[in-house]
Amino acid sequence: MGSERRGDGRRRPARYSALTLLRRGLTASPWPRSWQAHELKPSYDVVIVGAGVHGLAAAYYLAVNHGITDVAVLDKGYIGGGGSGRNTAILRSNYLTPEGVRFYQRSLTLYQDLAAQLNFNVMFSRRGHLTLAHTDASLRTMRWRAEVNKLQHVDSEVIGPEEVKRLAPYLDVTSRVRYPILGALYHPPGGIIRHDAVNWGYARGADARGVHIHQDTEVLGIDVGAGRVQRVRTSRGDIATPVVLNCTAGWATTIADMAGVGLPIITHPLQAAVTEPVKMFLHTVVVSGSLHVYVSQTDRGELVFGASVDPYPSYSTRGSLEFIEELAGHVLELMPSIARLRLLRQWAGLCDMTPDYSPIMGVTPVDGFLVDVGWGTYGFKAGPVSGEAMAELVATGKTPELIAPFALSRFGAGALVGEKGAASVGH
Amino acid sequence: MILIPCPHCGPRNSSEFRHAGEVKPRPDVGTVTPQEWRDYLYTRRNPAGWTTETWYHASGCRRFFTLTRHTVTNAIRSGEAGR
Repeated sequence: MGSERRGDGRRRPARYSALTLLRRGLTASPWPRSWQAHELKPSYDVVIVGAGVHGLAAAYYLAVNHGITDVAVLDKGYIGGGGSGRNTAILRSNYLTPEGVRFYQRSLTLYQDLAAQLNFNVMFSRRGHLTLAHTDASLRTMRWRAEVNKLQHVDSEVIGPEEVKRLAPYLDVTSRVRYPILGALYHPPGGIIRHDAVNWGYARGADARGVHIHQDTEVLGIDVGAGRVQRVRTSRGDIATPVVLNCTAGWATTIADMAGVGLPIITHPLQAAVTEPVKMFLHTVVVSGSLHVYVSQTDRGELVFGASVDPYPSYSTRGSLEFIEELAGHVLELMPSIARLRLLRQWAGLCDMTPDYSPIMGVTPVDGFLVDVGWGTYGFKAGPVSGEAMAELVATGKTPELIAPFALSRFGAGALVGEKGAASVGH
Repeated sequence: MILIPCPHCGPRNSSEFRHAGEVKPRPDVGTVTPQEWRDYLYTRRNPAGWTTETWYHASGCRRFFTLTRHTVTNAIRSGEAGR
């Protein structure tokens, strides 16, 4: 029963349910693979570069919403091996601009039903999100964000230190620290998710509908002729295609450069770390911009820490000791009681930073070369919505209204979408 | 921590410095087109490889200087090799 086939020859994924589990447990029949390896075809209708959450979601929604299945997703590594597997898996929509809030809110809505839609347990845990304010200036930005959020029907409010203490009792809310907690932006719909499951769920769903996912396939060049995309050259052969969608993170400028498109992007590493697992004690996501740190506790009990990007651009994913020192100092100022916890590991991912801390989505001066890039430190939470929107753009040729503000042309037009105050920490 | 070879102070920890950005020629403001100015302001080469960039020794001599660095390995070519 390794591969079950439907009448049309396409493989049907095993439906995950308690009943299937029981049946397969009793009969000891092997589960079909979640996705297949394919030969590289000489042509595809759409080629997506990058098999992370953005690329896989775009492929999935192309197949599901628009019936376009002659799609190749290429990755020089493996599924979810870049930013999609290195982020800290925090979901929220409490941004600063109306455009940003609307966009991320749509993503959160998609994430809420994702497990049912993909028939894959993505372990979305809606547990509330606290952004701490340590200065009057940040408290003012929080009030601003709360008002913008409410106008977009997003649940956010500014709360005082007592309320913070009630939500996260282990936080030190006294005034004897260097940066006392003056209040927080509380965003109840925020939460965490298992990022690998999201990648795998989208990969499985796309594969089942006929999308070819090619891992270990590096893009070496993009041929442009008569102002439009003609061909993609890869380490496994050439592909003729009218549409190339650049969904890479870290390597967005490298891929765009192949098509002759310049991007306003600088790549910085961002480091994260995780502790040994302990009993659940932190029930919300806690973020501190002034202390350059965010922390959440996974369902396994590990504390996951993230920080601001490294201070100079690099493509290196090596961790550094100074990062751990600074992180530990800041975390202990927030939660002195975890001083004896040990760190299990640290890692780094690549963040494509744009000048206004908003992504770049849509068309470029080269016909057929589309971008879904510049995801900085906020890309994972936007995977579903940008996949959905980019799929619509590919299928209809029209830029959906939701992503129109994030066009590459905004830099020339002077219409930046400034999210520096809400995109992440420590800028 | 990488070492940055300051031409005035010698090799120092990178935490003493601020990264100022890729070296990019400034267009002549008298003849520049809006498109060229936009590219100058925003577009970056951002290579995964050797790049020439400006650094500022903020906690040292407070002078600007340029060096050539490999963005994947962080090896530094000009001046003294940083490691």
